[in-house]
Amino acid sequence: MKAGAPCPYRAVTFRLVPVPVITATGLTKRYGELVAVAGIDLEVAPGESFGLLGPNGAGKSTTMRMIGAVSTRTSGDLQVLGLDPDTHGPEIRSQLGVVPQEDNLDTELRVRDNLIVYGRYFGIPRAECGRRADELLAFAQLEEKSKAKVDDLSGGMKRRLTIARALVNNPRVLMLDEPTTGLDPQARHVLWDRLFRLKERGTTLVLTTHYMDEAEQLCDRLVVVDEGRIMAEGSPASLIREHSSREVVELRFGSRRNEAAAERLEGLGDRVETLPDRVLVYAGDGEAVLEQVARLGLHPTTSLVRRSSLEDVFLRLTGRSLIE
Amino acid sequence: MTTLDEATGAAMAGAVRPRRFGALYVAEHQLRAMRSYGWTIVIGGLGQPLLYLLGLGLGLATFLDVPVGFGPDGPVPYVTFVAPALLATAAISVTTEEFTYTVMAGFKWRRIFWGMNASPIAPAQVVGGLVLAVGARMVFVSTAYALLIWAFGAVGNAWAVAVLPLLGLLGGLAFGLPLLAYSASLRDDAGQFAAVQRFVFTPMFLFSGTFYPLSTLPVWLHWIGWVSPLWHASELGRAVSYGAPMSGTTVAVHLAVLLGLTVGGWFVARRVFVGRMHG
Repeated sequence: MKAGAPCPYRAVTFRLVPVPVITATGLTKRYGELVAVAGIDLEVAPGESFGLLGPNGAGKSTTMRMIGAVSTRTSGDLQVLGLDPDTHGPEIRSQLGVVPQEDNLDTELRVRDNLIVYGRYFGIPRAECGRRADELLAFAQLEEKSKAKVDDLSGGMKRRLTIARALVNNPRVLMLDEPTTGLDPQARHVLWDRLFRLKERGTTLVLTTHYMDEAEQLCDRLVVVDEGRIMAEGSPASLIREHSSREVVELRFGSRRNEAAAERLEGLGDRVETLPDRVLVYAGDGEAVLEQVARLGLHPTTSLVRRSSLEDVFLRLTGRSLIE
Repeated sequence: MTTLDEATGAAMAGAVRPRRFGALYVAEHQLRAMRSYGWTIVIGGLGQPLLYLLGLGLGLATFLDVPVGFGPDGPVPYVTFVAPALLATAAISVTTEEFTYTVMAGFKWRRIFWGMNASPIAPAQVVGGLVLAVGARMVFVSTAYALLIWAFGAVGNAWAVAVLPLLGLLGGLAFGLPLLAYSASLRDDAGQFAAVQRFVFTPMFLFSGTFYPLSTLPVWLHWIGWVSPLWHASELGRAVSYGAPMSGTTVAVHLAVLLGLTVGGWFVARRVFVGRMHG
């Protein structure tokens, strides 16, 4: 975890309140022949920060849409805030804040008006919408852009405005679909900082991401999703502990020589994984592996010892890398 | 820490107003957005009728020896004949913009419908709100038209100035709601909207008895009038404006066609929106 972005509350669990805000059992969504979500079970506790991690097309967004009461499930059970989305869509949506994958701000309205118009959809009186808009612009660090046109905002600012808009109804659950995709590193950190603050205030966060670092930074608990199924569940640390070694040695021998080198590395560490561009050796002690590599007379063009990440967990569980 | 019961209660309370007034909120949003092209609406709404009335009234009408429109007391001036049809055309032409490009923008370009969809608003309320906002624009355009033709002395009965905008609205909805349903069913604009303009709207404008009675056309072209909301709205407008003779049955048929298209279009549009937003 980066300095300056600590998460002192990770150790605190809110499981003391046993009743989850979201409960799914055997949740399934089919589009004709295609099975987008193949029977998943999950629970999200109030105040928890819960992540769905998986590659594009894993069924994360479809799951989010079902929880967000904008897509009917094919089968299974789903309760959000104790209500069935099939019958109480508007009720559920009145308590959610949704940050979609693609911004859908109204570019024909100015920044502040976007918040006001959106607040109206929740039946909030106009004057109150104005008051909340000012508060949220401050939270999103966009006060100076209040009168600006949406198109004149940077990508990061647009995302922050979208998040501000999602908060206009003081949601109990904030749903974020790939919140930082397409943003530069600095904009991502600003956004993460804002999301941390929400987490600290006790807002339940449900987010999807295919970024490991994002999942590690933001999620108390997450599920790894692939092909519409849950592959594993746990906190980022416990998933790494269970499904990977403490350290990883990344060796590059040049794309043509990786395979041959990997054969000779077999037996080192806990496990060897060959990717097109590099060979990974999973081990408790990376430096020791590096020494052994040298003793074998192998000379990688670059080598690197790092901590195991969720990327490694995903690779282990699915045999594929997350970003393809 | 809040309990689930409390959260469920808040959810039940939170949806009361959106369930009741959702369509109004959508209309409010649309009207706010229209402000950004408000001048186009005003200039178009006033300028277009002025051009037509001047062009037809001062120009074309002076060449016409044969009267084309008849009231209870005999022939009426050409401008009086053509004015109710022009008013209905103006209302209908609003929809060739607002129920085509605006809909594609809502789903695809600006994506604002997806924002509404994530709120407590239901898809049917999105349709309702669009119709309210576009209806307001149609009433504005038709009212401007009615006042101008009244100023030009092209209205037979003064009270018609109040009724004609409503007929414009009805004609606009009868054409617009089926168009809205069609537009909402499109994933891409590969020229369909331009085609609607060229191959639906323009022929309808030319062959719906707008500039001359439908009976002038060969019989095999009359069907265009029968299926055209513009013809039905124009005929009713003429009856209202200068008392063009019309049986009660004919009035009922005209109204039935317009209402049928409006209601049918509404239901199909609603289905398409629900299917797309809650699929």
